Amino acid sequence: MALLEVRDLTVDFVRRGERPFTAVDGVSFDVEPGQTVGLVGESGCGKSVTSLAIMRLLARRGNKVSGSVRFEGTDLLRLSDKDMRDRRGRDLGMVFQDPLSSLNPVIPIGLQITEVLERHRGMSRKVASVEAVDLLNKVGIPDPSRRLTEYPHQLSGGMRQRALIAIALACRPRLLIADEPTTALDVTIQAQILALLRELVQDTGTALIMITHDLGVVAGLCDEVNVLYGGKIVERAQRHQLFAQPRHPYTHGLLASIPRLDAGRHEKLIPIRGSVADNIPWDGGCAFAPRCPNALPVCREVSPRLVPDNGGLLRCHNPVRPPVAAGGGIR
Amino acid sequence: MNTLLNKKKEPIDKLAAAAGHSLGGEALRRMLRSPVAITGAVITGLFVLLAIFAPLIAPKDPFQRYLQDKVILGQGIIPGSQAGYPLGVDDFGRDELSRLLVGAQNTLLVGVLATVIGVAVGILIGGLAGAFGGWVDTVLMRMVDVMLSVPSLLLAISVAALFAKPSQWTVIIAVSIIGVPIFARLLRGSMLAQRNSDHVLAATSLGVKRGAIVFRHMLPNSLGPVIVQATLTLATAILEAAALSFLGLGDADQNRAEWGIMLSKGAKQFLDVRPELAYYPAIAIIVVALGFTLLGESLREALDPKNRR
Repeated sequence: MALLEVRDLTVDFVRRGERPFTAVDGVSFDVEPGQTVGLVGESGCGKSVTSLAIMRLLARRGNKVSGSVRFEGTDLLRLSDKDMRDRRGRDLGMVFQDPLSSLNPVIPIGLQITEVLERHRGMSRKVASVEAVDLLNKVGIPDPSRRLTEYPHQLSGGMRQRALIAIALACRPRLLIADEPTTALDVTIQAQILALLRELVQDTGTALIMITHDLGVVAGLCDEVNVLYGGKIVERAQRHQLFAQPRHPYTHGLLASIPRLDAGRHEKLIPIRGSVADNIPWDGGCAFAPRCPNALPVCREVSPRLVPDNGGLLRCHNPVRPPVAAGGGIR
Repeated sequence: MNTLLNKKKEPIDKLAAAAGHSLGGEALRRMLRSPVAITGAVITGLFVLLAIFAPLIAPKDPFQRYLQDKVILGQGIIPGSQAGYPLGVDDFGRDELSRLLVGAQNTLLVGVLATVIGVAVGILIGGLAGAFGGWVDTVLMRMVDVMLSVPSLLLAISVAALFAKPSQWTVIIAVSIIGVPIFARLLRGSMLAQRNSDHVLAATSLGVKRGAIVFRHMLPNSLGPVIVQATLTLATAILEAAALSFLGLGDADQNRAEWGIMLSKGAKQFLDVRPELAYYPAIAIIVVALGFTLLGESLREALDPKNRR
């Protein structure tokens, strides 16, 4: 049994007098213990909403979540609020995008770590402080005992993200959800944080759901990748498979739009035409069709289904053909 | 490796600390540079000191009718400034300066108590509304709206009039009630902003209990505007307390040295004879209110992140 089984997860944002907006549309995926799974897509494709729905952190009102999220067999969506609170931080941890705003500005870092330890592991403040030093050490923060007394604004961006990761991992959760953990950091720090995450995941056997729009992050970290578009998974593949042979035109477009060091000087980046529409209608055609270079008439009439393809899954009527000869095509 | 890093880091951090990098330090530094803040601080500081030590400083007993035989009300004679009585005496022959000083104590007491009570009740209401949201928020805030819709002085007068026997507490309670809706609204607003903040979401994602989220994560981050408003309210509380006393809704005891009562008598009875008896308390009230306003205003400016330089 997988550690996390997400089945048919659907999130509708409903407002009175308006058509409901389906942000996440029947998403299903598994996360095995120790596995790193990527959720990739551009803004508005539903990746963050998926993670918030798994953690049950969406606002109480204004949305409808259906489907199931089984964590070690228990459906998180059906737990009482209290049971869910007990699990958050203990079984499932989360790291957010902006480390400065995700830390409480008026409380020293140390207290924000011990708070979780006291809450879930029943430690006294004293024991928890010792553990906190250990945790900060583990995430590579120098002079941890001094840092404990410092406030978030006194730490650099990278330090803050390290501290956040330490807090999220304080109770050794079995699943960590990282929602764009490197977006707010500069490139060198990004690399450090990714290396840290990879190391921690390997050392502790924590499963990781990596939410990102950055395919570079995916390439360095994920075992399996789910590409989302318009709230649906359009392609799932193992990492190497995805980069070697992207099948969905959207994935292909994402990869083609990344600047490459080995590209010629006058080669231009290839953007994906258009932008994500506000409410993408998957019924009656493929939501990506208006932007798709491979679109066929059938794409605008029949909504494609997610079918097994090349060891992964694919939702496309007219996928990108694998190159005929080895060495050509998309690298 | 770690120790190497430390050695490099330490001096930088010390510099940062010396430059006053903490929020409070930064605000203090900016206030010290502002003449408005210093003026406000000096006035308030002086007022507080005078008020606290009034019984020791006052040259004469403020209740003793020293020159009563020299006062001839029928002929409009009230002795003015003279040796031993720098500001003259009032209609009972009591030393005006001593009464002003002791009156300062009264004013401070009323102002501070009224503000503290207002803040406390306001935090309670605003905190409940902001923490629970939903119908609790709606009900409490409609009540607050009703209170806000009545002009403040009218509200205070109505409250004061409810008491059968007016006393100093009448004034304190009436004035504190004026502050309640302002504080409640302010706190509720910033609590609601905190509810949707990233760090509260992050704390929720760690399974922190709701009580801890409200008291440790939301409330401390929401109090800033309330504290600033409290300084400003101190000024209006002093003015309103004086106004209530002026209107005769305060302490009925004529013996009491109270700026509002002194002003009322001076203005209503002796303005042609000895206008100074109205001027002195009036000036005292204005200067003190101004001091608190300047201080509060500059505190607000210093704490405003948009002004950060």
